[in-house]
Amino acid sequence: MAERLLEVDGLQVSFLTEDGIVKAVDGVSFTLDRGEVLAIVGESGSGKSVTVMTLMGLTRSPNARISGSAKLGGRELVNAPERELERVRGAEIAIAFQDPISSLSPVRRVGDQIVEQIRAHEKVPKQQALDRAVELMERVGIPNARQRAQAFPHEFSGGMRQRAMIAMALSLSPSVLIADEPTTALDVTIQAQILREVKQLSEKSESGVIFVTHDLGVVADIADRVLVMYGGRVVESGTLDEIFYDPQHPYTWGLLGSVARMDRDRPRRLPAIPGLPPSLVNPPQGCHFRPRCPHAFDKCVEVPPLEARVAEAPAHLDRCWLEVSEKRELRSVGGHIGLFDRTVAA
Amino acid sequence: MARFVVRRTLSAIALLFATSVVVFGIFEVIPSYNPARAIAGRNASEATVQQVSRKFGFDKPFYDQYANTMKLIFTGQIIDYQDDLNVVQQFAQKFPVTLSLVIPAGLLWFITATILGSLSALRAGRLADRALMVVAILGVSIPVFLLAAVLLYLLAFKWTIFPNTGYTSFAANPLQWAYHLVLPWFSIAVLSVGFYSRVLRSNLLDTVNEDFVRTARAKGLRQRHVFMRHVLRNSLMPVVTMFGLDFATLLGGATLVTETIFNLPGIGQYEAEAIGNLDVPPILVGSIFTAFFVVLFSGFVDVLHAALDPRVRLSG
Repeated sequence: MAERLLEVDGLQVSFLTEDGIVKAVDGVSFTLDRGEVLAIVGESGSGKSVTVMTLMGLTRSPNARISGSAKLGGRELVNAPERELERVRGAEIAIAFQDPISSLSPVRRVGDQIVEQIRAHEKVPKQQALDRAVELMERVGIPNARQRAQAFPHEFSGGMRQRAMIAMALSLSPSVLIADEPTTALDVTIQAQILREVKQLSEKSESGVIFVTHDLGVVADIADRVLVMYGGRVVESGTLDEIFYDPQHPYTWGLLGSVARMDRDRPRRLPAIPGLPPSLVNPPQGCHFRPRCPHAFDKCVEVPPLEARVAEAPAHLDRCWLEVSEKRELRSVGGHIGLFDRTVAA
Repeated sequence: MARFVVRRTLSAIALLFATSVVVFGIFEVIPSYNPARAIAGRNASEATVQQVSRKFGFDKPFYDQYANTMKLIFTGQIIDYQDDLNVVQQFAQKFPVTLSLVIPAGLLWFITATILGSLSALRAGRLADRALMVVAILGVSIPVFLLAAVLLYLLAFKWTIFPNTGYTSFAANPLQWAYHLVLPWFSIAVLSVGFYSRVLRSNLLDTVNEDFVRTARAKGLRQRHVFMRHVLRNSLMPVVTMFGLDFATLLGGATLVTETIFNLPGIGQYEAEAIGNLDVPPILVGSIFTAFFVVLFSGFVDVLHAALDPRVRLSG
């Protein structure tokens, strides 16, 4: 019954820079179904933002080389003509950016900015478009929407601005909504509200949501499926439960281990993953996580394929050469998951 | 708004006062300057010069002379020392010529600079951009007097495409009016087009990378729409500010060189002659005139800025 909305296959994005070719996205594949929330998780520079920007057709640097495929309801988005993308963007696939203060035009009224989007895709009179904009703003919880539509972005609070941004993204009921770290700039209570609203809206309008974040707490709240990215590659993907309770890739362990948790009995220093994210100009040979991984062995100089390794979960994919039984052993100490250096511990 | 106007008016008065004092004071300290002798004539006897000096009040202290001159200016009775003509009337008579020169030239340079700057930014780094860069630098580097003289020599003397200087009023014959002014307009515009288009280009390239422009594209707006409504609009603001002030100084008679070369009887030419003759009244009136326009236009620019950018509030 689940309808496939988006099918990304072998997406590659590289940029020609003075230092060499940067492979920002290196063969990313995933799918998104109707009514599903997919979280893309990874640190800065993991390629998650470039991936979604490319889906929007917004990676248009003359130095960018894009290959692979991304099909939205059967329509190819990669390297599609600009005119075609203009019709799709904002209407069938929409994005709510992080940092709504700089992402909204400072010199135009918030309502007008939503109206502008509606009228770019549908021939409706201004007043009617404005009525719809006000309705949308009400839907995302902006009080006094009729008046607030006449205000400028700098007259909005951070949370309201983010809501306006989401209202804008939802204005044409897109089948795919991308939320690019929409809650990073907000405080926790507002963050929770916004998350709830995005989730509800996705359920109501039966669209698919791609949620880009580095915050695993947010992921646990909202996601149905999770895609973990590292160094431009997907290193692990699976359902929320699979990723949180049976993570297969050491990088995922590290991410989970470095989350602050209130339910732990003993206060301890928050562990960090040692080392630095890989250089994408000159990435490490084989597994990109190898230089930071305490469990790396000789086989890791070959790139592990992204495939199902857990027998009971055929949709749970990962890129790690270790045996599943070894992983389950290595990842936990005292019942907690983390990236533990056995050589030091021993 | 009312508060803004009042505060601006007060500061304008202060500025005009300061300008007039400074200009008046300069002539007080110029060593060989003797207005009485200029008025009396080269061959006048010492006694006549003394008499003139007393009659015009040049023997009185500085502040008396200043007060008297200002009174004459603001009652419209000031007379220049060279030709005994009423300065205010002269200004009224010559101002339309300067307006004829400056307004079309201003429009020409602003519109041309907007088009060339946009073109340059849209083709940044490519051949068209580089070619326009060279043209812009040439435009900025060529002094107006040289450009005007070369244009005049080639297009009016050698090939006689355009008339050889002079002015016909718009009311008398609009076609001849424009025909006579094409070269002067062009001469004034060239320098500013070069400069303005470069400034606009760099503003545009900054704005293109703004997040809200990315949002505009993400909304599915047409590229043209994104450029006109989001990029260009935000990039024009600083250029508009520059334009307001440059335009004001031109209105006030900064067209000295152009008017002199093309023999246009406007304020600039009048000022040029007055400066050559150390004729204080026209110079003084001219300075106040220029200062007045600068103050007026900086007020306009602020109002316009507030209208274009809602984050800007008007304050004195």
